[in-house]
Amino acid sequence: MIDRLLVYLGRHVDSYLLAAIGALLVVGLITLYSASGESFVRVGNQAGNIVVALVVMWLAANVPPHYIQRLAMPVYVLGLILLIAVALFGEITNGARRWLDLGVIRIQPSELMKIGVPLALAWYFDRYEAILKLRDFIIGGIMMAVPVLMIAEQPDLGTSLLVAAAGFFVIFLAGLSWKIVVGVGLTALGCLPLLWSLMHDYQRQRVMTLLDPSQDPLGAGYHTIQAAIALGSGGLFGKGWLNGTQAHLDFLPERTTDFIFAVFSEEFGLFGNIILVTLFLFVIGRGLFISFNASTLFTRLLAGAITMTFFTYVVVNMGMVSGVLPVVGVPLPLMSYGGTSLVSILFGLGILMSIQTHKRLVQS
Amino acid sequence: MKLFRRSALRRDTHPLVLAGARRAELRDHQKELQSFQLRLGLMASVILAVFSALLLRLFYVQVIQHDYYHTLAENNRISIVPIVPNRGLILDRNSAVLAHNYAAYTLEITPSKAGKLEGLINELSEVVDITPRDRKRFRKVLDEGHDFSSAPIRTRLSDEEVARFAANKYRFPGVDIRARLFRHYPNGEVASHVLGYMGRINKRDVERLEELGVKPNYAGSDFIGKIGLEGRYEQELHGTTGFEEVETDAGGRAVRTLRSRLPISGNNLLLSLDARLQNVAEQVFGNRRGALIAIEPSTGGILALMSKPGFDPNLFVDGIDPQNWDLLNNSPDHPLNNRALQGVYPPGSTFKPFMALAALELGKRSPGYSIADPGYFSLGGSHRWRDWKQAGHGVVDLHKSIVVSCDTYYYGLAHDMGIDNIHKFVGQFGFGKRTGIDIDGEAGGLLPSEEWKMKRFKQKWYPGDTISVGIGQGYNLATPMQLAQATAVLANRGVVFRPHIVRQIQNSQSGALTSIEPQPIGHVQLASENVQRITDAMVDVLKPGGTAVVAGTGAEYRIAGKTGTAQVIGIKQNERYDERRINERHRDHALFIAYAPADAPTIAVAVLVENGGHGSSSAAPVARKVMDFYLLGKEPKLERTETVVEDSAGD
Repeated sequence: MIDRLLVYLGRHVDSYLLAAIGALLVVGLITLYSASGESFVRVGNQAGNIVVALVVMWLAANVPPHYIQRLAMPVYVLGLILLIAVALFGEITNGARRWLDLGVIRIQPSELMKIGVPLALAWYFDRYEAILKLRDFIIGGIMMAVPVLMIAEQPDLGTSLLVAAAGFFVIFLAGLSWKIVVGVGLTALGCLPLLWSLMHDYQRQRVMTLLDPSQDPLGAGYHTIQAAIALGSGGLFGKGWLNGTQAHLDFLPERTTDFIFAVFSEEFGLFGNIILVTLFLFVIGRGLFISFNASTLFTRLLAGAITMTFFTYVVVNMGMVSGVLPVVGVPLPLMSYGGTSLVSILFGLGILMSIQTHKRLVQS
Repeated sequence: MKLFRRSALRRDTHPLVLAGARRAELRDHQKELQSFQLRLGLMASVILAVFSALLLRLFYVQVIQHDYYHTLAENNRISIVPIVPNRGLILDRNSAVLAHNYAAYTLEITPSKAGKLEGLINELSEVVDITPRDRKRFRKVLDEGHDFSSAPIRTRLSDEEVARFAANKYRFPGVDIRARLFRHYPNGEVASHVLGYMGRINKRDVERLEELGVKPNYAGSDFIGKIGLEGRYEQELHGTTGFEEVETDAGGRAVRTLRSRLPISGNNLLLSLDARLQNVAEQVFGNRRGALIAIEPSTGGILALMSKPGFDPNLFVDGIDPQNWDLLNNSPDHPLNNRALQGVYPPGSTFKPFMALAALELGKRSPGYSIADPGYFSLGGSHRWRDWKQAGHGVVDLHKSIVVSCDTYYYGLAHDMGIDNIHKFVGQFGFGKRTGIDIDGEAGGLLPSEEWKMKRFKQKWYPGDTISVGIGQGYNLATPMQLAQATAVLANRGVVFRPHIVRQIQNSQSGALTSIEPQPIGHVQLASENVQRITDAMVDVLKPGGTAVVAGTGAEYRIAGKTGTAQVIGIKQNERYDERRINERHRDHALFIAYAPADAPTIAVAVLVENGGHGSSSAAPVARKVMDFYLLGKEPKLERTETVVEDSAGD
């Protein structure tokens, strides 16, 4: 009975991915326990989040890709409508208009676009499979640019860049001409000064802080400096679980969320980091494998984009904590405390599983 | 979209076009897949490259820079809190407390953590009392610009104020209540010049501490002994600062103590000073300006040392406010001057007993030799050195010269002895050089010699210069301390001790006592019959016919004394000094030296009353009352203390 239930539950679950995800979730909970000052409440809450997110993942894994394909445009359009609603009626917090209060819940439509944009682009390119012309890429580019610019206007530069990255991965994998890739890349470099002039003061501050955190050690540079101290003092083997002084004496800010990697690094050292990076690499490698072997263009593109987005989150977060990227509010996938990011990440990974397992079923 | 479909349909209609399109589609499809896989592979290599870079960065931070960041983390975590030791006590010879410590709460502002100071202080004043005086003092501490982490805005908070502030603390970031030790001097002004005072550590103090190599011991100390015993014995009194290594969180709250070293209290000073005698001396002296020193001749221990006016050292303990500071500094009476040690005065006639002793010892006069005093002395020219008594004292021998304080006798004696003999002999009693008492800032006085004049004025010594030196005038200058020391040496029959206020230093840990200067440092060779002659003459000074008969009346023990007057302004050759006609501050200083009991002295006293007129009327009675109290335990009857100018009293 139980065996059959397990088989039923596991039908559309990719065991390789699940193993790596499970390992990362456990490591995350262990680190969270330390980061939260040994709070069972925090760990319990996160465990609840994990259960919900795993259910979402399981559901996503059980939806066949062609259903997902059908939902692509509606999700994208819904996202656009919500973004417009935010621009019109959104709540202003910390000088940015990002949240929409629906009475029952507050939502951040830009989160939806992280999956909405790659879905829509993959759908669009799949729709015109094999006869992709420059105009298709232009249309794809516009589909990507509209939400990206709207999110940037909120302003939320971090999220808009992540959405743009997700869109770019689809367009790139769909076969955008190298000339354009290189041309756009160079143009983007040339536009950096322009971007600088368009940035808000706090955004410039973050970049300046990255270049020289000691400029403002108690202000903007505080996060970067304290994180570097946590990492550096962790050394090769770390200070040991629950023994991180930077974390336990409150020197590290945001240590259960965006800076949880600093806590992990302090307590488990470079060796812990190598294991952690290996686990993340395994998830990403598996994702690329799924993408590589996917049967349709839609699933190929979607799997590739989801994997690359996941990779981007990991690198942006770790780069931020280790002081090579500016401080942007990107949580570390599967480890940072918080339900929203966990659900959206596991939803994406669930889609990966669906793509892998449904293809296998079709083949068999 | 329909448009696209229609065009596709249109292609379908033509077989050639259809076939070509299909081929193109298939070829494209294949190409797309290859292209996709190629690009995926490219991304995979980008991923590997990025992760390699990230791991390199982690390796750099966690391995290569590990030591650097480890230190930073430890600095974050551990703060070293100094524990200020208890300052040593100062006790008198009967163990009465002259200086001790008490703990009090202070309200302190850390400017770096606080916002706008003016507004903050205004808000604070709604919670605790803050006077304009407190504000000024706070400003002064800030302006002095030390690397203070915090500066006090209020000291000695009441329990109620502490409670009120605690309830409102959240409103005042950067403001804290601290418990601190303060110095307290229970006797206030009494013996203020002996004890000195404590003040905030300033730049010069820091330099001195660095020179001594004890700067680290002052971590956490805000105050330091400035003058008097507090200054001189600073290193004994301060003690050893303890440390507490505490783990603190980011908010600066102590989480736990890692290590600690307890502070070691400073050593106690046990004085030879008798606080009751000091008190009597100060009461008897009243509000006049001047100095008094009482010494125990057999040890050199200071029994009392007074300089008036004094000051209240308690004003300084929590940082003196500018108003009081100006008052002390700018008063015409100079209360911060230690007249006993720093004031130099012509010794006047108190110099005569030492001259007389020199005459006997050097064989310049025999006890029976006498002169006929016409009231002046001359070297044959027109210049006359006048005796204080215009008509002269008649026939005067050595004994009488002291009893009636005959100037003419000493003019002639000085002339016969010559300046260098005077310098050599009298110098043995300590004139002209610092006594070496254990308080800093002592003046050296001046006992002139040929050599000195040549050095100082590039002039040779004229025989005429010697004449007034004989009566303690001329170039002669001495501090009251030097007079007292010379008197003690005489009382002690030539045995010299270095005068000292601290008798013993008591180790705060072991209680072991270290004695200061118990050994004599010199011996003036004196024939005992000569000393006896001088003593007898000095005893007669306080008997009928002597200049201090008033002070000697009714004494139950024998007192040897000598009055003296030090001129403040010069009197022209044909003028007469009229006390009542000149400004009070231009009146002569009154001097008196004495020891008792005359034949086995246990106390030697020197008294100076600035602008007091004659030594006999103002200075001698003070000495008498001090000796009465010391020898007989007799409490003085307090009378009016103003200078009583008596026409009859002479010198």
